[in-house]
Amino acid sequence: MTVAADTAPVGGAEHSWGRLERALRDRRNSGGKCFVPYLTGGLGDDWLETICAVAGAGADAIEIGVPFSDPVMDGTIIQQANDKALSEGATPQSILAAVRGAAADIGVPTAVMTYVNIAHHMGYERFASSLADAGISGCILPDLPLEEVGEWADCAQAAGVETVLLAAPTAPDERLPRICDRSRGFVYSVGLMGITGVRSELAASATRTAVRLKSVTDMPVLVGVGVGTPAQAAEVCRVADGAVVGSAIVTRMLEGAGPDGVASLVAEFRAALDAAHS
Amino acid sequence: MTPPGEGEVAGGFMGEPSADGRFGDFGGMFVPETLVPACQELDRAFRSAWGDPGFRGELDRLLRDYAGRPSPLTECPNLSSELGLRILLKREDLNHTGSHKINNVLGQALLARRMGKTSLVAETGAGQHGVATATAAALFGMDCIVYMGTVDIARQELNVFRMRLLGTEVRAAETGSRTLKDAVNEAMRHWVAVADTTHYCLGSVMGPHPYPWMVREFQRVVGEEARRQCAEVLDGGVPDVVTAAVGGGSNAAGIFAGFADTGARLVGVEPAGGAAVGRAVPGIVHGSRSYLMQDEWGQVLEAESISAGLDYPGVGPEHSHLAATGRATYEQVTDAEVIEAFSLLSRSEGIIPALECAHALAWVSRARSELAGLTVLLNLSGRGDKDVDQMMGILG
Repeated sequence: MTVAADTAPVGGAEHSWGRLERALRDRRNSGGKCFVPYLTGGLGDDWLETICAVAGAGADAIEIGVPFSDPVMDGTIIQQANDKALSEGATPQSILAAVRGAAADIGVPTAVMTYVNIAHHMGYERFASSLADAGISGCILPDLPLEEVGEWADCAQAAGVETVLLAAPTAPDERLPRICDRSRGFVYSVGLMGITGVRSELAASATRTAVRLKSVTDMPVLVGVGVGTPAQAAEVCRVADGAVVGSAIVTRMLEGAGPDGVASLVAEFRAALDAAHS
Repeated sequence: MTPPGEGEVAGGFMGEPSADGRFGDFGGMFVPETLVPACQELDRAFRSAWGDPGFRGELDRLLRDYAGRPSPLTECPNLSSELGLRILLKREDLNHTGSHKINNVLGQALLARRMGKTSLVAETGAGQHGVATATAAALFGMDCIVYMGTVDIARQELNVFRMRLLGTEVRAAETGSRTLKDAVNEAMRHWVAVADTTHYCLGSVMGPHPYPWMVREFQRVVGEEARRQCAEVLDGGVPDVVTAAVGGGSNAAGIFAGFADTGARLVGVEPAGGAAVGRAVPGIVHGSRSYLMQDEWGQVLEAESISAGLDYPGVGPEHSHLAATGRATYEQVTDAEVIEAFSLLSRSEGIIPALECAHALAWVSRARSELAGLTVLLNLSGRGDKDVDQMMGILG
């Protein structure tokens, strides 16, 4: 079902909210902005402790990257992290099993971010139930666009997993309500035309796309890709409901900052969002 | 020799894919959201151009006056008597730039210009597609960037120099296996950022819809010419067997397209170290669902082949469909068999083949007793000049 772009926001009001969407709506409804860091699963010995530490440092939800051999949407930092985790033996199964064991300690909702072949190879139904089994609320597959998402989204929904869809700056107006209608958890507003990575300045498209999305949906709109500093996160949150930050966080992991070092960066993002929007 | 039409398969093969870009269970448009509008725009532009006699006329003229089409069909009396069968070569090696790649590239460059794009980006393995793209960019006055794995840059130095000579920037793909697969990753990452001004000139019948269909249509000229040329030498008939090497599968798709509606047996030949169809496990990478070499977790495996152009773990989705339905079969040959075939054609007919199409000959040579007395059409997709340096190291 599609919604005309000029009607009042309705997307997101027609489905029951999962744990991820409830957490993000709660943050927004209390007047705050959402912060969702991305961490590469299986990277180093202490990635799971790092996730727990980050949860305690003010993350509203956490994206856990499941490494894939050919991440075409990712820049050099996340590629490096992927390759390192894979060479250290990370598999979808090892990451999901670890997350399952630590679900109580993590405390905030989690979403897996990986590429569609990982889900396809395991089988959509089995992958969806594995996520649910591990206590993971959401799933983001950046190479599964609206036209192809149906089969996966049905399996995810049946397992109670929220499929977060991306909306890009290149999308024509008529496409955005259709994306919002199909997305669950939040709408991932892609900050720029390009791949993940830290840029010195926030692209103009970051706020522009978020504004366009906010005009067609009531669902939380979070901006990611090209948001790399607390100041940039605060800037996109002037219009968006929150920010997703990957490469800046993963850089810290690659530098061996450890759970406390990564958590302190997350605390900086949290503080910047709280200060700018309290 | 089989009369045309005999054994025709109902439903038809190698026509237009479904509206969602599928050939049976294969194909689709598995790309980041950012690229969906670009793929949809390309689909509309290609449909419009392909139905426009003006566009078709301009492409035909370029193929004739610039690329040197039609390419000849060559009887091989020495090789035929040695193998005990009748072998006909479709001489794509005689095209400008030395391979079939120019057919697709001229079509895409013309289309890119029609779409108002000012730049091209491409991936290359052996460098044949990169050289062809660099050539078209020079001809059309477009900027061009070609991604190439560092392993391939080392083994195909000459083609790297050719591209630079033609005014193209060659960028090294330094991730993963540092071959064709990784060059495709880098080209896609590049395209995501510049899709509004840049056309991704993909070199094979792979990638997201409409590429597998569009590239096959641009290569169809190979099969259509060969069909007419075969009819002349075979009293109106078609060959018993049509064979071609398969990496992504564009030269095979081109020649198969001319014979899909006949009783001719279609045989694709893969390197044993890159046998996506041979393993027959479906996967999704680089925009489409197709057979894909992958490990137990769905991580894409690295292909290993003596030929940089076939060093790719996937295959175009239409080939997976042709294999799944049985309309075409796919054989695998070893590097050792390929080296032998490379020498065999050089020695027997005075034609040095590219290592890619030497795969097809390697299969014909191995299957000679099964093929005894039959007429075999082989797509000689490229010339071997680029491989001479590498083969000198092997053959001494």
